Amino acid sequence: MELLSPGEIVDSFKTALGDGVIDAKIYEREVAVKKNKFRSLWVEVKKSAFRDAVEHICHLQEYPHLAIISSSDLGAEVELIYHFTIYYGYHLEELSLGLRVKLPKSDLRIPTITDIIPGAIFTERETQEMMGVEVVGIPDKRRLFLPEDFPEGVYPWRKDEKGPPDDMLRVLPGREQK
Amino acid sequence: MMQEETKKATYTIPVGPIHPALKEPIRLALTVDGEEIVDADVFVGQVHRGIEWLGMNRNNPVQSIYLAERICGICNISHPFSLVMAVEQAAGITPPPRAEYIRAIIAEMERIHSHLLWAGVAAHEIGFDTVFYLVWRVREEIMDLVEYVTGNRVTKAMFQIGGLRRDITEEQFPRIRQSLDYYKSVFDQLKRVFLDDKTIQMRTRNVGILKKEDALKLLICGPSGRASGVPKDVRQDQPYAAYADLDIKAITPDMVTGTVVGDVYDRIIVRLLEVKQAIEIIEQCLEKMPPGPILAQPKIAVLLKALTQAEGEGIGRAEAPRGEVIHYVRLEAGQSTLATWKVRAPTYVNLMAVPTILKGMQIADVPIIFASLDPCMSCTNRMIITDRALRKKSIMSYEEMHRLSLQKTEKLRR
Repeated sequence: MELLSPGEIVDSFKTALGDGVIDAKIYEREVAVKKNKFRSLWVEVKKSAFRDAVEHICHLQEYPHLAIISSSDLGAEVELIYHFTIYYGYHLEELSLGLRVKLPKSDLRIPTITDIIPGAIFTERETQEMMGVEVVGIPDKRRLFLPEDFPEGVYPWRKDEKGPPDDMLRVLPGREQK
Repeated sequence: MMQEETKKATYTIPVGPIHPALKEPIRLALTVDGEEIVDADVFVGQVHRGIEWLGMNRNNPVQSIYLAERICGICNISHPFSLVMAVEQAAGITPPPRAEYIRAIIAEMERIHSHLLWAGVAAHEIGFDTVFYLVWRVREEIMDLVEYVTGNRVTKAMFQIGGLRRDITEEQFPRIRQSLDYYKSVFDQLKRVFLDDKTIQMRTRNVGILKKEDALKLLICGPSGRASGVPKDVRQDQPYAAYADLDIKAITPDMVTGTVVGDVYDRIIVRLLEVKQAIEIIEQCLEKMPPGPILAQPKIAVLLKALTQAEGEGIGRAEAPRGEVIHYVRLEAGQSTLATWKVRAPTYVNLMAVPTILKGMQIADVPIIFASLDPCMSCTNRMIITDRALRKKSIMSYEEMHRLSLQKTEKLRR
C-alpha cells in the first residue's frame, strides 16, 4: 500500500470532493528526544459531501479505524467530528484524521455510515441519544447508554434548552449549583 | 424427522446486569437453541457517572485530570495520559522530554499489572483457581513497585498538564530493576502454565473466534484485535511520549504459533508477550531517560490562566492495556472548563465483537469468551445524570454460569 503524506491526502480530498471540502488543516508536533512527529489532519466537509468523504477515506486505507464521533454544541449549529485513524500497522506512520461536519440546529440530520463501517453503530447510537442528532438510516435505533425511562427530547450534551433541566441535576451537599 | 420441519424455538436468557465474567455490571441477552448460542445482544449504561458532563460543566481542566483518573480503576494512567496530551495539543504546551519517558514507564507498569490481573481472572473463569492464586501473587510485585514509584497502588495522581507531578530519581532505579528481573525470572513459568497446559488449551483453543476481517469491520482494538491479526498498536503506529524514540512492534499470536486463529488462546498469547514487551520498554526507558525538568509550567495558577485563555482542539491517544484510549478536547477562550470532552475507551468498540464471538458457542463458554476481551465497563460507561437501574430480569446468575463453566472443565479433564 502506498502511504501518502498529509499534504497529498489533503490534495486527494480536494480532487475527490471538489468544493465539498471547506477547510483542511495539518497539525504536527515533535515528540520526546528524537523529535519524531505526531501528525493529525483536520478536514471539514459540507454535509452534502460527507458520505463521499467517508468513502474516500476507505480508499486511503481499506479498513480505516473510526475511533469515535465527538459532538459539540456551538450555539447555532452542532459540530460532529468523526475521528478516524489511517495507516495503522506502519511504524510511526499513523495519522489521526478528524472529519468535521457542521449541522444547523434547524436540520440535525446526518446519514449513517454503518453500511460502510459496521462498527460505527455504537457511536452513532450514542450521538443520537446524547446530542439529539438524527442518524438517517441507522439499522439499530435503540438507545445505547441512557436508560429506558430517561425522558424523550432531553439531550445531555446540548447546551441550549434541550440540555438537561436544572431539576435533573443533583448537586452534592456543600456544593453550589453552577 | 418431524422436528426438522417445525421451526426451531429459541429461548432468550438475560444475563446480568450483574456481570457474567467480571464483577462489573452489563446486561447480555443470549438467544439460545439448547446449549448453543445463536445470537447475543449487549446492553450497557449501568455504571454511567456523568464524567464527561462534569468536565464540560463543573471542573477546570486540572481538576478533570483527577476525574479522568477515576474513569477506570485499572486504566488510571491511560485516561489522564490521553487527557493531558489532548489538552497540551489544544493549548500548545510541550512537556519536557524527561516527563515523556516517565509517562511511558508508568504506563508500561500499568500494562504489566493489568495483564496479570486479567490472566488471573481468565484462569478463575475456567475453574483453574490454583493458577489464579499464582498469577495474583506474582502481580503483587508490580503493585509494590507502582506504590514505590508513584506513592500509591491505584489512583496515582502522577499527571499534570505539561508534565508530571513526581520524578523518578537515580536512587530508585535499582529497586525498579529488581522487580523487572523478578518478572523475567518467572516469565517462562507463566508462559508454560498458560500456553502448554492441556486443560487451558482445551477450554481456549478454537473458542470465541474473531476473524481478522470481522475485527477490522467492527473496529476492534488492543490485544483483542492483535490476537485476530490486526497489527494495530498506538505505541507502534503514532509517535507519543517515549514510545516515539523506541522501536516497538505490535504483538500478534503468529510470533508463537506461526498462525493467527483469533481465538481465546491467541488472546492469552498476545497479553503474555506484552508483559515481556512492557518489561523491555521500561528497561530501555530507564537507560535512555534524559535529564531535565519534569514540568513545563510548575505554577498551577499560571497554567490555569493560560488554559482559560487558550483556544484550540487536540486529540490524545494512548495504548491502554485493553486497547486504544482516545480523548478529544476543545478549549474555548474565556471558558474555564473544557468546552468539549469526548472519551473513547477500548471496551467501547471491543463490546461490538461480543455477538460475533459468542455465536455458535455453549453457555458454559460465555464467562471465558467474554472475559477474553478483557472488558471494562467503567471505562465504557461515563455519561448520565439519573441512576435509576434498569428493571432487573436476570434469571441466570453469575454463580450459576460459573458453576457451568467449572463443570465443563471437569468434564474435559475426565
